Amino acid sequence: MRPFDYETPQDAAQAVALSEAAAQSHVGSPVQYIGGGTTLLDLMKLGVMRPERVVAIDGIGGDSLNAVKKTDQGLHIGALVSMAELADNGMIERDYPVLRDALWKAASPQIRNMARLGGNVLQRTRCPYFRDTTYDQCNKRVPGSGCAALDGFNRLHAVLGTSGSCIATYAGDWAQALVALDASVSVLGPDGPRVLPFSGLHRLPSDAPHIETTLKPGELITGFTIPDGPWPRSTYVKVRDRESYAFANASAAVALEMEGDIATDVRIALGGLATVPWRASKAEAQLRGRPLGEAAMEAAAEAEFADAVTHEHNAFKVPLGKATLVRALTEAKAMEI
Amino acid sequence: MAAKCAQGYFMSSRPAMPVSRRSFIGGSAAAISAAGSVGAGKAKAQSSASADRAKKRTVSFTVNGDRREMEADTRLTLLDALRGPLGLPGSKKGCDHGQCGACTVHVDGQRMLSCFTLVAGLEGKEVTTIEGLANGDELHPLQQAFIDNDAFQCGYCTPGQIMSGVACIAEGHARTPAEIREYMSGNICRCAAYPNIVAAVEQARDAEG
Ligand SMILES: Cc1cc2nc3c(=O)[nH]c(=O)nc-3n(C[C@H](O)[C@H](O)[C@H](O)COP(=O)(O)OP(=O)(O)OC[C@H]3O[C@@H](n4cnc5c(N)ncnc54)[C@H](O)[C@@H]3O)c2cc1C
Ligand code: SF4
Ligand code: FES
Ligand code: FES
Repeated sequence: MRPFDYETPQDAAQAVALSEAAAQSHVGSPVQYIGGGTTLLDLMKLGVMRPERVVAIDGIGGDSLNAVKKTDQGLHIGALVSMAELADNGMIERDYPVLRDALWKAASPQIRNMARLGGNVLQRTRCPYFRDTTYDQCNKRVPGSGCAALDGFNRLHAVLGTSGSCIATYAGDWAQALVALDASVSVLGPDGPRVLPFSGLHRLPSDAPHIETTLKPGELITGFTIPDGPWPRSTYVKVRDRESYAFANASAAVALEMEGDIATDVRIALGGLATVPWRASKAEAQLRGRPLGEAAMEAAAEAEFADAVTHEHNAFKVPLGKATLVRALTEAKAMEI
Repeated sequence: MAAKCAQGYFMSSRPAMPVSRRSFIGGSAAAISAAGSVGAGKAKAQSSASADRAKKRTVSFTVNGDRREMEADTRLTLLDALRGPLGLPGSKKGCDHGQCGACTVHVDGQRMLSCFTLVAGLEGKEVTTIEGLANGDELHPLQQAFIDNDAFQCGYCTPGQIMSGVACIAEGHARTPAEIREYMSGNICRCAAYPNIVAAVEQARDAEG
């Protein structure tokens, strides 16, 4: 690890002032916030990230950064709330089970105690070529160097939203719940606060996979807002190589509004399969306002994966992804609320 | 140079003791972290001399109730501090990357990974390690339960399992065997003592009422 200054600002404005830095690449930025540190220290130990200044935000005050509360705009969740804290919140369990399921099925209890939700949505891909600096080719880590995964071992890589420059999977779980529920994200930057749709936070890799989000250098995520709800009929299904403490091979966040057999509202997002938290808009469009039967679910899954692009080792993700989507819809439909 | 620094850091802060298994392990821990800095050396050659210099922060916190003040390199993790200068090698380094749970300790009462905790961020915090669990000669109920249930073979994962298990019970996440398995999944056991670990957690949970 390269030596770095460790700063402990008292509030969000100080944190932002300490973090102004010109940088194109999010991975390569010389200034990094640290929340739980469970992504940052991992990648710093690997030499993938080498910040000169680390700005600790876990101790900064401010109600809105640390709170979970219902407001006139919807459900507000502060960016410094830990994964465990939100997962163990009784109101969330009752009114937004998808937000809870996507958290307790992620990482481990220790990591969930440490990790904050702001850092959670910004966790980085687990692509082994990104994480191992002995590989020369990785466009995300070294812009313009190529992509070792295209012809490498790509079992864990994405089948949706890929480009010829990068096929890395967005590894996180919770972001799928946010994107399905039309959340927005509040940020504070050198030019003041702004709000953007959560679906506009992560960028498709296209030809610049090193630019991972639309955050500008120094911008601090302060919180998330989920506009309507509650969504008691919602769930997160996660399929992985082992039953717990593993990243998703495929996952689906689903929230339903039902009137009898008719799905009056359908929200679906897919994880483990795509380069960004993937809103399954095609599947949603097919299902909305219609009776939610098995054949309809399967047809919707088919539509969502019509444009999937596979590589040598990850073709299994297409049938797995479809089955996961159908299972999540089936489980949400069957929920007793 | 970095290697010498890291080693010096560990060595100078360790109390003198005859060569034993413990000090041998301490020495190899220093060697491991020295090796860790070698990789960084490549980057260093390219960066300026000032960026190379270790940055320090003075931090005051408690470990098992004792107040500690350290002038710590900002890169120092709690795990390396415990096993090195603080002389508490009970917490184990399995992976150093959040993947095994062998380094689990409590910070302000919550189970955390000491390999992902910077000493620089510990100002005012209370750390509890496996060494701080027993009450004098009286083992913690979960320590006793691990013995009663044969919940280990090689024992390497055990300190982390026990620290995690104590928290698991306190959190109320030990109501059923299935829940214990899920909420203990952050602690890997290479010897696969899992059924016995679940039994030990159940015994301690019931002992605490
Ligand atoms: C072994 C292991 C298994 C895991 N398994 C899973 C899993 O199954 N599912 C899953 O979803 N995740 C998993 N994770 C990832 C984990 O959830 C993330 O590492 C964690 O949520 C990141 O949060 P943090 O607070 O620790 O972020 P940090 O490491 O502190 O920060 C991450 C990045 O975000 C930036 N940042 C942090 N907070 C902010 C903010 N408020 N505003 C702007 N930038 C910010 C930092 O500068 C840094 O670049 C796993 C991690 C490990 C190590
Ligand atoms: S898939 Fe993306 S992250 Fe992985 S090697 Fe290719 S460019 Fe790098
Ligand atoms: S050493 Fe910390 S989790 Fe493995
Ligand atoms: S007892 Fe050997 S690793 Fe658990």
